[in-house]
Amino acid sequence: MVELVLEIREMCKSFGALKATDGVSLDLRPSEIHALIGPNGAGKSTLMHQISGSIRQDSGTIRFLGEDITALGMPERVRLGLGRSFQISSLVPEFSVLRNVMLAIQARQGSSFRFFRPVLNDKSLTEPAMSALERVGLAKRANFLAAELSHGERRQLEIAIVLALGSKAFLFDEPMAGMGPEGSKALTAFLDGLRNEAPILLVEHDMDAVFALADRISVLVYGRIIASGKVADIRNDAEVRRAYLGEPV
Amino acid sequence: MMPRETLVNTVLALLLLAIPLVAVAIDEPFYVTLSTRIAILALAAVGLNIALGLGGLVSFGHAAFFGIGGYTAAILATHAFNAEPLFFGLEGTTSMPWIWLVAMVICGLMALFIGLISLRTSGVYFIMITLAFAQMIYYFAISWPAYGGEDGLSLSVRNTFPLLSTAKPLPFFVVCYTMLLAAMVLFSLIRGSRFGAALQTARQNETRLAAVGIVPLNIKLAAFVISAIVTGLAGALFADLNRFASPSMLSWHMSGELIVLVILGGKGRLFGPLAGAMLYVMFEYTLGGITERWQFFLGLILLGVVLFIRGGLLGLLAGKARYG
Repeated sequence: MVELVLEIREMCKSFGALKATDGVSLDLRPSEIHALIGPNGAGKSTLMHQISGSIRQDSGTIRFLGEDITALGMPERVRLGLGRSFQISSLVPEFSVLRNVMLAIQARQGSSFRFFRPVLNDKSLTEPAMSALERVGLAKRANFLAAELSHGERRQLEIAIVLALGSKAFLFDEPMAGMGPEGSKALTAFLDGLRNEAPILLVEHDMDAVFALADRISVLVYGRIIASGKVADIRNDAEVRRAYLGEPV
Repeated sequence: MMPRETLVNTVLALLLLAIPLVAVAIDEPFYVTLSTRIAILALAAVGLNIALGLGGLVSFGHAAFFGIGGYTAAILATHAFNAEPLFFGLEGTTSMPWIWLVAMVICGLMALFIGLISLRTSGVYFIMITLAFAQMIYYFAISWPAYGGEDGLSLSVRNTFPLLSTAKPLPFFVVCYTMLLAAMVLFSLIRGSRFGAALQTARQNETRLAAVGIVPLNIKLAAFVISAIVTGLAGALFADLNRFASPSMLSWHMSGELIVLVILGGKGRLFGPLAGAMLYVMFEYTLGGITERWQFFLGLILLGVVLFIRGGLLGLLAGKARYG
């Protein structure tokens, strides 16, 4: 039995009468990409928010690297190594691209209560930040403001920040959204290699990317997981086809 | 070539230093007092600028710290003057460095308490809670007869500073000017530091801060405390300038005035508070000489600044801020 990186059990969340998450159990094994798919409004993002800690679930537990993190907030979970990217890019608009990543480095070092030393020529911040930018191919844009980046570049910057955090598991919420075919292809190849660094829980609408990357797929519909398994099984699952892939059976 | 902002800053700093020197030379001590007033208000606004400009924390209660600073100076001096011990046999003092230290510690502790409660909210709720705390302290002060109540508390003589005769306008100006410069150095260091990076992120995108693993509340609380300490120091100097701690130092008008100084000068800018204070006191003096309704015109100007030059006076003179 492999040690699970992330273990979600019986997660429930309601907004009024709407059951956004309805008894979801899910796990993430080392070095895998586990894709979470489902139609719009299925509750994928809500579930990702609960896993990352930005929304509190009504019931259910989460274990990460063997530790119960159910009661922890987002900053604590991030510090334990649960890194996330946002569906809608969430950056520091008036900071340069480099400074956006430097913030992640200083957070990782736990050094945000230093009041005097200037950050801009602090090599212990700039060098690791630059290498994270190089990995996602954004190094040449390092000195632009985050607000000046194109949509696709913002997605890349989000990934660079998560890399800089040295995360032990990645939660990616639609990283390909709005990237264009070229960008999607490049990011697919990048994520393919990234799984060896840490496993990825991936929410994605781009089915080509999902089928190319995923080791396992779980299908979420109306807050419930209706199917979970290997890629081939999900492709052939009749219920999934009806509910999601939109094909008559 | 010197960047335009550095040039503007240098001019502002030298201008504030030059006015009292010239005033003394031509024997017009009133302008020394006016410059001292500018320096002290700018100092208070530098404090607020740490919370408001860097952290986006629109505190509508900074008068609390300004007033506490002022009352600390007046109370300590009164006790020393009357040779009455304060409590637990502690003596009062007329030494400025001691007064500053006490004022800053009290303001820091108050800010810790107020911040712990108010910083759990944001936006208009934060504004209202900070206002509520400041007003509570204001009403407390005016209903406490032992320290003057509504009449405020006067100082018989200005407090002392080692080796300087602070009773004279110029040496006292130098004290205030030096503290202003020191606070601006602090502001500049903080802005460029790791803490400053986290604080400015808290203003722009709090979720991002949490998503890299930094607890936003801790950062904002530390900034609020530092901010209050600087404003409290200004309050102590202000009481010494007027030889009077007035309850009006604690009132919401004062909180509003400090916000106006920061916005007028350019929030988040190193020299924004000084530019704002210069402009404000200049209007107060010139327009105030013409009409009692000078604040009506100040309002129009503020409206113009907010609508047309978002970066305040510094934005107008030195261009848009860049954070690197």
